[in-house]
Amino acid sequence: MNEPSGSVRELATGVTAVPADGAQPDEELLTINFGPHHPATHGVLRLLVTLRAEEVLEALPYVGYVHTGIEKSCEDKSYWKVIPLVERMDYLSYYFNALAFCMSVERLLDEPVPERAQYLRVIHCELNRIHSHLVWLGTTALDLGAISIFWYCFRERDKILDLFEFSSGQRMHTRYIQVGGVADDIPAGWAEKALRFTEDMEERVGQYEAILDRNEIFLQRTRDVGIVSQERLLELGVTGPLLRASGNPWDLRKAAPYSSYEKFDFKVPVGTVGDCYDRYRVRVAEIRESCSIIRQAIEGLPAGPYITTNRKVALPPRHELATSMEALIHHFKLVTEGFRVPPGEAYAPIESPRGEMGCFVLADGSAKPARVHMRDPSFVNLQALREMVVGGYIADMITNLAMLDPILGGIDR
Amino acid sequence: MPDATGLELIAHDLREQVAGSVTGTEHRHGIATLVIDPDAVLPVLRWLRETPNQDYHFLASVHGCDYLPHAPRFGVHYELLNMERVERLHVKALLEDPGLPDLPEIDSVVELFPTANFQEREIYDMFGVVFQGHPDLRRILMPDEYEGFPQRRDFPMGGEPVLFTHNETSTPRWYE
Repeated sequence: MNEPSGSVRELATGVTAVPADGAQPDEELLTINFGPHHPATHGVLRLLVTLRAEEVLEALPYVGYVHTGIEKSCEDKSYWKVIPLVERMDYLSYYFNALAFCMSVERLLDEPVPERAQYLRVIHCELNRIHSHLVWLGTTALDLGAISIFWYCFRERDKILDLFEFSSGQRMHTRYIQVGGVADDIPAGWAEKALRFTEDMEERVGQYEAILDRNEIFLQRTRDVGIVSQERLLELGVTGPLLRASGNPWDLRKAAPYSSYEKFDFKVPVGTVGDCYDRYRVRVAEIRESCSIIRQAIEGLPAGPYITTNRKVALPPRHELATSMEALIHHFKLVTEGFRVPPGEAYAPIESPRGEMGCFVLADGSAKPARVHMRDPSFVNLQALREMVVGGYIADMITNLAMLDPILGGIDR
Repeated sequence: MPDATGLELIAHDLREQVAGSVTGTEHRHGIATLVIDPDAVLPVLRWLRETPNQDYHFLASVHGCDYLPHAPRFGVHYELLNMERVERLHVKALLEDPGLPDLPEIDSVVELFPTANFQEREIYDMFGVVFQGHPDLRRILMPDEYEGFPQRRDFPMGGEPVLFTHNETSTPRWYE
């Protein structure tokens, strides 16, 4: 370091990284860029970190590196074409993005969703939750030096992607959830395959726990690391597993059930200490609960249409096009212009794997939304990172960042 | 969400506490909306947060909106949540457009709800709404030197040329 010791560095952006209280002026401080290109940032996140030896004195997140203007692009697409765009925001929870958007539009249309479609949404969302938690678990363990768990998690994740491919034709960004229902019914044999997967998954979760739960390195790296009080987390707007790990059982699936969640029997895992170990335990327990929800939903899957029969919103079945002029007109109108939504604005929140994912839609009466905004949980939760890491070691910052589970595609949108 | 009567009671109490604060109420699609005077955003949110029996302690989301061609042009939306009663209240402040280079202004609520920090920065970044009293009002998603506010409705889609070797010398500011 060529800087005179103790000086506060002026950065090229004109922003000063001010060390937190406790830094003595004659101490040598080091301000480094952590990221944007670093595997441990789980995307393209830059942290401006001020260090005193190994201790973190300040960590300021800089985001926007993968900003693609999706919210702006949505304003130029008809409603049903927005779905594939919003799915690409938080790329690990695409079903949730689509569900939040569709629920918001359904609210504006006052369009009821058939019960079978609600169950199919729940099944796919919970599969997606397991998938997201598996990617999280694999990469987190990788950050802490355990590589084998990464391969195990991705093996199971691939089975979920196979299921997605089986039901919708796509492995990621499936565009399965539609306004008014889902794109298609599940194919023959899918339910059995999904049931087999849930049984398999529960056994695998036990194996992951056997690897990690009593692993001395894992315990030392996660226990009593990054504790932030429940009250402070609420002030910072943190939701999801991070909040539940601190002991607050806030889960929108229980608190304000949507899409038939009130019909399933499941528990909300909560932590007691609020450290990184609790965050790990809560997420792993959530995988088990998701398996249980999927099983209940498949066993109780009601008969009926998988999408609304309102032809002003949903496409008519393909076979009707050959015989019905009316169906042909509806099909043509929907494919060319799309449906119109009466003027209004709506906010629909759901529980994504990372917390409250809300979608705000402003409709101006045309076939395109005038504004689509995603309240992405990663974006809001990231604000808590500073309080988790300041005062700890830089190695703990890696743990905290991994346990925060930020998805930069969702943060930057 | 408070029912229609509850919403009117909140609006009535607010009007008594902060004169002229509530300019309208709306109850549609299962969403209770309070339209407030932007100058009164801090006292209104403080009242909603701290009054017993209201207790909207959690700010779920803050987002901006451009209502062009309607006036007032800009909207700042606050999604308040009471976790005990599981009630959501949507508070909306409408701002007039002073016309560029002047920017619309509203008070920052970061002192009440620290969670608003990033979200107000995003609204500033995308719509050019200035939050008075924000501790660190900078662009968050767009580059610091970016000109314009991309989520405004009069900001063109695809307005930026894509640089290729054949057009980079003829594209304004390509060398910067």
